[in-house]
Amino acid sequence: MFDALQVTHLTKRYDTRGVTALDDVSLSVQPGDFFALLGPNGAGKSTLIGIVSSLVRKTSGQVKVFGVDLEDNLTLAKQYIGLVPQEFNFNQFEKVKDVVITQAGYYGLPLALAKERTEKYLRKLSLWEKRDQPSRTLSGGMKRRLMIARALVHEPKLLILDEPTAGVDVELRRTMWEFLTEMNNAGTTIILTTHYLEEAETLCRHVAIIDRGKIIENAPTKTILSGLNQQTFLLDLQAAAITPPVLTDYDCRLIEPNVLEVVLKKNQSLNPLFQQLGEQQVQVVSMKNKTNRLEELFVNLVKHPDGVAI
Amino acid sequence: MIDASRQAVAVTTPFSIWIAFQTIVIKEIRRFARIWVQTLLPPAITMALYFVIFGHLVGVRLENTQGYTYMQFIVPGLIMMAVITNSYANVVSSFFGNKFQRSIEELMVSPTPEWVMLLGYVIGGVARGLAVGIIVMLLSLAFTGFMLQHVLATLLVVFLTASLFSTLGFINALYAKKFDDISIIPTFVLTPLTYFGGVFYSIDALPAIWQKISLFNPIVYMVDAFRYGLLGSGQFNIALSLLMIAVLNVVLFVLALQLLKKGTGLKA
Repeated sequence: MFDALQVTHLTKRYDTRGVTALDDVSLSVQPGDFFALLGPNGAGKSTLIGIVSSLVRKTSGQVKVFGVDLEDNLTLAKQYIGLVPQEFNFNQFEKVKDVVITQAGYYGLPLALAKERTEKYLRKLSLWEKRDQPSRTLSGGMKRRLMIARALVHEPKLLILDEPTAGVDVELRRTMWEFLTEMNNAGTTIILTTHYLEEAETLCRHVAIIDRGKIIENAPTKTILSGLNQQTFLLDLQAAAITPPVLTDYDCRLIEPNVLEVVLKKNQSLNPLFQQLGEQQVQVVSMKNKTNRLEELFVNLVKHPDGVAI
Repeated sequence: MIDASRQAVAVTTPFSIWIAFQTIVIKEIRRFARIWVQTLLPPAITMALYFVIFGHLVGVRLENTQGYTYMQFIVPGLIMMAVITNSYANVVSSFFGNKFQRSIEELMVSPTPEWVMLLGYVIGGVARGLAVGIIVMLLSLAFTGFMLQHVLATLLVVFLTASLFSTLGFINALYAKKFDDISIIPTFVLTPLTYFGGVFYSIDALPAIWQKISLFNPIVYMVDAFRYGLLGSGQFNIALSLLMIAVLNVVLFVLALQLLKKGTGLKA
């Protein structure tokens, strides 16, 4: 079976700016996978997606979609891909339904089928009631959903989403997660870029991290997380404290009078920590991860020589 | 599990290519029809003013030109002028508008072949050129009688001229980076060439040197060929004029297609 996406030695140089956006990038995405492509701003994520969806010219390398080389049969490769870009890029003057129907037309779908699919996906994405409104009048979240409906109208085997939940409220984000999971369960391979690492950790089975045009991590999410060296927890204390408790083997500090930050290294467990806190009469009301686990790893991986994670 | 039954719809069959082409053309026609106050009404008003001022008020004081009243003489040129400017304006503004708001990416990520993209926009431009041409022709009936001597030649020259300037508009839009860039060529190239293209005068009336220079202006042949179609006589051989316009069409279409395939002005 072919990989859903196979990128080999892909390089992109912007000669006019003297920038190498992608530097000998190779990765593959298995069919049916839910794949996260993470990286700081300007890391090369959108350039990679742009090349795969033929919006950006590559300098060298090879891209295959379900075994089809973009160089050999771009038309066929394009039929496999559905793209949800980062920026709103539909005609703001067209009605919501026309945006989707027109896209179906570009993919050669007969009008009856285009209308049927448009209704199907606008309903699924709760936009059917807005179908006759000009697309510019939609809210930001609705515009994102419209772009997803548009990308799905030709029922692609590979759906690429470039930060689909950016600027979307929490409730809608959860609804979109459910929708994407449903799509993935139905067999659609999904590649997602996101800044919400919780999103990647929740949804994706495989994570690649790109930084300054190079892939610096590429493994199943579980494998990556198992390699995490430490986790930071925030403990809400019942009573305010002036000094932090003295804990053996645990780094801790008070960040507020009743909030204690504790760092757990790999292989350390929580039981001895609570035992020590109990012995010192420190009552813990609740606890949470300071950052999600993937975020912790991400920050460590993309930490630059100046010590700043960008 | 992958849904094995789900197959991509192939935009390689003639039927699906036809649908993609039709989609672009309908979108283009819907666009200029929706904003008819900006696209269809202004040329109608401008040309009506030309008919009244040049044809009626000034024209009655002038001698016949090439055996026709001045009004009869300028009608074909004014129709052609409207066709040229509107077919060009339609494609350059629509395509650049799509580039500017990035909705052109909808088409670029789709499997629609580049030649279908280009042809779709060109035919959209031709549609507006023809729509405006028909409006101006109907307006002219208020000032002069119905004139149509050679139907086939008239249709051919108007279609080829509209497609030629639509293609030029497309090339302009590919290179344009800002809105100013889409008005430079119409203002500084197209308008002078059209005004010096024999719309308002016969080039016989020019001094010898300007007559020779005018022969390098392709619009002279288009206006003359259209005048032949409507009035029944022109200065140049109609077959040669049509051939020249057709060849220019092919050359510019191939050039535009190459630029589009390279992603000029579209792909980083």
